[in-house]
Amino acid sequence: MIALCDLTAHEALDLLRSGEITSVALTASALDRILAVDNDVCAYLTLTPEQALAEASAADALRRAGQDLPLLGIPVAFKDNLSTRGIPTSCGSRMLDGYVPPYDATVVRRVKEAGAVVLGKTNMDAFAMGSSTENSAFFPTHNPWDLARVPGGSSGGSAAAVAAGEALLALGSDTGGSVRQPAALCGVVGVRPTYGLCSRYGLIAFASSLDQVGPVARDVTDAALLLGVIAGHDPADSTSRLDSGSDYTAYLARKDLAGLRVGVLQSHPEDGIQAEVADATRRALKTLRDLGAELVDVSLPHGVYALSTYYLIAPAEASANLARFDGVRYGFRAAADTVEALFSRARGAGFGPEVKRRIMLGTYALSAGYYEAFYIQAQKVRTLIRADFDAAFEAVDVIVGPTSPTTAFMLGERVADPLEMYRADALTLSQALAGIPAISVPCGFDAAGLPVGLQITAPEMQELRMLQVAFAFEQATDWHRRRPSLIESS
Amino acid sequence: MENESITSLTREEVERIAVLAHLSLSDAEVALYREQLSVILAHAARLQAVDAGGTLPPAAVGRRPVLREDEPGATLSREEALFNGPDCDAGCFRVPPVKAME
Repeated sequence: MIALCDLTAHEALDLLRSGEITSVALTASALDRILAVDNDVCAYLTLTPEQALAEASAADALRRAGQDLPLLGIPVAFKDNLSTRGIPTSCGSRMLDGYVPPYDATVVRRVKEAGAVVLGKTNMDAFAMGSSTENSAFFPTHNPWDLARVPGGSSGGSAAAVAAGEALLALGSDTGGSVRQPAALCGVVGVRPTYGLCSRYGLIAFASSLDQVGPVARDVTDAALLLGVIAGHDPADSTSRLDSGSDYTAYLARKDLAGLRVGVLQSHPEDGIQAEVADATRRALKTLRDLGAELVDVSLPHGVYALSTYYLIAPAEASANLARFDGVRYGFRAAADTVEALFSRARGAGFGPEVKRRIMLGTYALSAGYYEAFYIQAQKVRTLIRADFDAAFEAVDVIVGPTSPTTAFMLGERVADPLEMYRADALTLSQALAGIPAISVPCGFDAAGLPVGLQITAPEMQELRMLQVAFAFEQATDWHRRRPSLIESS
Repeated sequence: MENESITSLTREEVERIAVLAHLSLSDAEVALYREQLSVILAHAARLQAVDAGGTLPPAAVGRRPVLREDEPGATLSREEALFNGPDCDAGCFRVPPVKAME
């Protein structure tokens, strides 16, 4: 049975605008779904149901008074590393258990000002470090398509919530693939914007030269709608771009792709691409060709170094950013008789294993004697990766390939082997290092019925082109219309 | 730089990094991270093979001047700033002494 919460946001907005439904009914439907499935899915860390119904009621009143806003009355969820004034924000870590931010992140403020209703905060790998949401200090999130499997990560809660109808839209954050990979594993759409397009103010920092906030949605139109709301310059973020976003949805009419040059990367054996993922990608490329696109082979000679580069730069930045968590001003406190002991004990007990592993790795890469060989060398390779993309985009308009090497893996399968877990991001790291946008859209299913994601990468600030290609692909297929069976039984 | 020290960390090196990172680790954690970090760093050592001689690191993320005039604006109240402090007293965060009491 299709409930109101299974509508896309743009479908729901049409019905809200015509007066056929109310935001209170829509929000109640999402809350009912949460009640029905979240004991199993575990997408949320914090729920704000009373507040949500009050906001929905206020949205309905505004609409009755003749007002409209881009997201007026749409129930949304925020990843728990986005600061929300008055709503606990733990970042998935015991270190920030009970922390209540005194201000809203800029992207949160913009979504609220666009009229959205806040349902709560979604689960994540602690401090956004992970690819399965198993590094949450509280509990893992389960994939709505198969509860024994991971939803991907680190924005696994946001992707699972949108896939299961527990929110119409959500925000995640993508440092090395943390929006795109869970979107692929949960059969939804996820966008990593150009670095600097969306403000990082109020996003709890992991790796500042890589972190970007991005939308999670059920179709490309919804992702474009949410991206348009959060994009744009913010004086509170010194890395925020001055050239702002736009109303991306207004340009999503393109049905054919005549004249478009699509770059196809030959996969590297080391990527470990699952055969069904490769098959689904081939079929998707054929669909793009049938729509008029020309397929062109491209290569990124330094792409094979992306994993090593990322896992030096990101931990190095994390080791600096996470120095602020010392048990003094917020968060976890340990008993100690000196201030030095307080720092070390609070951090030793408050951080989980993956966060400590990355702080150690980053501290090592930045330490005297290793700084040049590891950190500076990684920065230079980062420049080469960016140059590879610049060269490839001389010949093509977008680059298309799989988002994740595999479909959703089993909970617990990779926990003991960090390097194996890191490989889940193998195909999403190079865009992050280059600072360019990419989107994941559903493009098929494996034999076990698990979703496969197609990744479309575009040059810097070419979000519109990226969304148009994704939209044309989506219009020609119906993968995005499938819903997990969990919904039917709820 | 010695390649052996890249690919296999000693226990002392792990303990030294933990001190630099202000992380109190159990013996079991030191042993685990010694093994795991060695594997990750061995993988990362492949970057040494990249000829990046003439390449520069991305100099700055923003690529433009980001400084502005210093203008007074709204700030958090003292109450808001202290709200999340685990141990506060008289409008301040309280911490243990720098040196242990005798």
